[in-house]
Amino acid sequence: MAVTARPVHEDTVPEPTAGRRLLDKVFKVRELAVAGVLVVMLLATELSNTEFLSEQGVKDLLLNATILALVATGQAVVVITRNVDLSVGSVLGISAFAAGNYLQGGGSSVLAVLYAVAVGAVFGVLNGALVSLGKVPALVVTLGTLYVVRGIDSIWVGSDQIVAADLPDGFVDFGHDGLWVVPYLALLAVAVLLCVGYYLRSYRSGRDMYALGSSPEAANLAGVPVRKRIMTAYVLCGALAGLAGALYLARFGNVDSATGNGYELTVVSAVVVGGVAFTGGSGTVYGAALGALLLTSINSVLPAIGVSSVWVTAINGILLLLAIAVDRILALRVAAVLRKQAAQMRSARHA
Amino acid sequence: MTHPEPETTPVLALEGVSKSFGAVRALRGVSLRLYAGEAHALAGENGAGKSTLIKALAGVHRPDTGTVLLDGAPVEFHGPADARDAGVAVIYQEPTLFPDLSIAENIFMGRQPRRSLGRVDHRAVKEATAALFARLGVDLDPDQPARGLSIADQQLVEIAKALSFDARVLIMDEPTAALTGSEVARLFGVVTTLREQGAAVLFISHRLEEIFGLCQRVTTLRDGAWVASEPLDGLTEDDLVRRMVGRDLDELYPKQAAEIGEVALSVRRLTREGVFTDVSFEVRRGEIVGLAGLVGAGRSEVARAVFGVDRFDGGEVEVLGRTLKPGAPSLAMHAGLALVPEDRRAQGLVMDMSIERNIGLTGFADTSRAGLMNRRAERSRSLDWSVKLQVKYARLADVVGTLSGGNQQKVVLAKWLATGPQVLIVDEPTRGIDVGTKAEVHRLLSSLAAEGVAVLMISSDLPEILGMADRVLVMHEGRVTAELPRSEVTEESVMAAATGRVA
Repeated sequence: MAVTARPVHEDTVPEPTAGRRLLDKVFKVRELAVAGVLVVMLLATELSNTEFLSEQGVKDLLLNATILALVATGQAVVVITRNVDLSVGSVLGISAFAAGNYLQGGGSSVLAVLYAVAVGAVFGVLNGALVSLGKVPALVVTLGTLYVVRGIDSIWVGSDQIVAADLPDGFVDFGHDGLWVVPYLALLAVAVLLCVGYYLRSYRSGRDMYALGSSPEAANLAGVPVRKRIMTAYVLCGALAGLAGALYLARFGNVDSATGNGYELTVVSAVVVGGVAFTGGSGTVYGAALGALLLTSINSVLPAIGVSSVWVTAINGILLLLAIAVDRILALRVAAVLRKQAAQMRSARHA
Repeated sequence: MTHPEPETTPVLALEGVSKSFGAVRALRGVSLRLYAGEAHALAGENGAGKSTLIKALAGVHRPDTGTVLLDGAPVEFHGPADARDAGVAVIYQEPTLFPDLSIAENIFMGRQPRRSLGRVDHRAVKEATAALFARLGVDLDPDQPARGLSIADQQLVEIAKALSFDARVLIMDEPTAALTGSEVARLFGVVTTLREQGAAVLFISHRLEEIFGLCQRVTTLRDGAWVASEPLDGLTEDDLVRRMVGRDLDELYPKQAAEIGEVALSVRRLTREGVFTDVSFEVRRGEIVGLAGLVGAGRSEVARAVFGVDRFDGGEVEVLGRTLKPGAPSLAMHAGLALVPEDRRAQGLVMDMSIERNIGLTGFADTSRAGLMNRRAERSRSLDWSVKLQVKYARLADVVGTLSGGNQQKVVLAKWLATGPQVLIVDEPTRGIDVGTKAEVHRLLSSLAAEGVAVLMISSDLPEILGMADRVLVMHEGRVTAELPRSEVTEESVMAAATGRVA
């Protein structure tokens, strides 16, 4: 029988772990890269404007980032499961108003925060149910709930407004004070971030979220309770949006029917800039929080170095495109390395 | 026919199970009993319903009628998790891994060892994985992400996954398809140990010698129906093949003599890094060339590159003396090439569109003028080909998703034959279709060849390759390892080349 000869000549000796190491690095470095950009940017700004990283400057920076980081944490969990929640801006708005409304009537601050979280969680249940049971793409479902929630908010709030004067002093102080330069709000956000990050890394249900986003079909075959996990992700995301609403109220003391309008897009940008793959299965909440910090820092950096703030939106957009481009290029390079590696191992086996 | 069965209650059994998908009846009243300490083979041709049966046992599909029995008591598996908790481990033919997660996590997903407060013990996960790999004699890093693993390595991860819990029932759907000889031997060693420890094993393989080597009992399926369950002792390979095919091979493979003409398709040193390497072959007018090999050997990838769906890194493709521009399927179509893809549901058809529209997709050049479509021309062209290929339908406007698998395949064929190809590449043309339609498809391919069309037929169905091809190319791990004339083609020679066992 005729067997064709197979001339195999690879110049290099196969180094089976090279591609693997590269992969490891890519996964770990993604967050580091965001952190690096952030540090460089802040230091450069500080050099040109020494007022920038003053005590008040740092405090403002952290306060501004806190709310976005909280919502981005929840959003990251949803994105890791290969879904998205566009209703977070609306949920933030309605939770903030709910908490404010309750405090106006003389309620306790702690209960107000819990109330906001509960309102957020209820909308999370709604989103989760629609996405997991309806089997409708999350993008469309949550676009729908975005408008529905905003509509309910508008009817409820009407032309009312909550102002800081209506709120208990303790609650308003909580929104401004802190330990040295670190505001209480930021401490709370960091605590939440660490809990969620630890949950995703160290609990079976947390690992299930990654499995689900990486390959829904394999997750089903592996016995991952798909619907339950999607529900968990949305409830968590909703609850964090609710918490962020309460913090928003504490920080700004001012809530009306437009609060949180358009916020969802900033949140999604932060998550993607922070290295959470939009196709699910990879990324961390820490990355998302760093992304949030980076995006909000730009808001402060540009005025500090004398650039008009009208540029902020455009620069945010460019950052987003850059982040996606970097991810894509890295993915292609990793794929090329893996293919080459497979070819080498194959020819080594044939040699 | 009587055959002694063990007196004990089967660990897992199916009684009178039927399952339909739309118009396709995948299983019809099938029964199967798996006993502790026994390896049971499941035999049948492609499309006989083996995979559906496995999915019924694994809780993926719920039977329409009939029952699943666990230790003699009826159970209902509401999902794969239920089956897994009942001790049923399944190794699927197509590995289903999480590309973003590490190998260790892939193996223990949902069952990770835990430490205090229910936290996942990542170190224990890694150590347990390393221990499993040591037992299997596999050299893989538990920390490596599953993305980029070869099919064989993926299969090994699947096997490790199935072994990682104390399975009472181990189901293996062609686990050896991509493995080397030593890996197969080691797997069989582990399986035999498990069986001796009292596990029930269900084993599917196209390699009959593996069935005879590993198993004690065999159940045969044909066209979704139960044919026989019997001990393998005293059965010959020929007996088994006869039960599987159930008719004379001549009838199923109506090969006509055709005049072999000039070279129509010439592929020279085609390479796509890491996928296939240095692939060269020719197909002449009137010739049916079979392209055999195991799943993942790179056959479909070669076809896709030839047709221009995927790019390639080196080499060239010539159709009727004209070099094709790489990566341009529409130019390939113009040059007289047609590709009937492997997965008709995902690649061959637009499932929500009508028969008429699906066939019309390849004919816009003929059925439109100045950019405007002529519906009547499209309709008559579609009708013409549907009738020629005897597609069974109620109305041409019916959505193709409602047709049976065999009829869907005919629509895909019609869609491409309507372009009047000189070179036809068919990828798994009869996968998952009933025997009757299968014979029709074979007759069609044969008559096309007789009319002077050059046919390249990719198939995992060995009898089909043996019955239809004038010449057989065999691929193994991205390379063409053998080219066999019809006179030298046997199951053994093809399998030897496909598993890389030739020197």
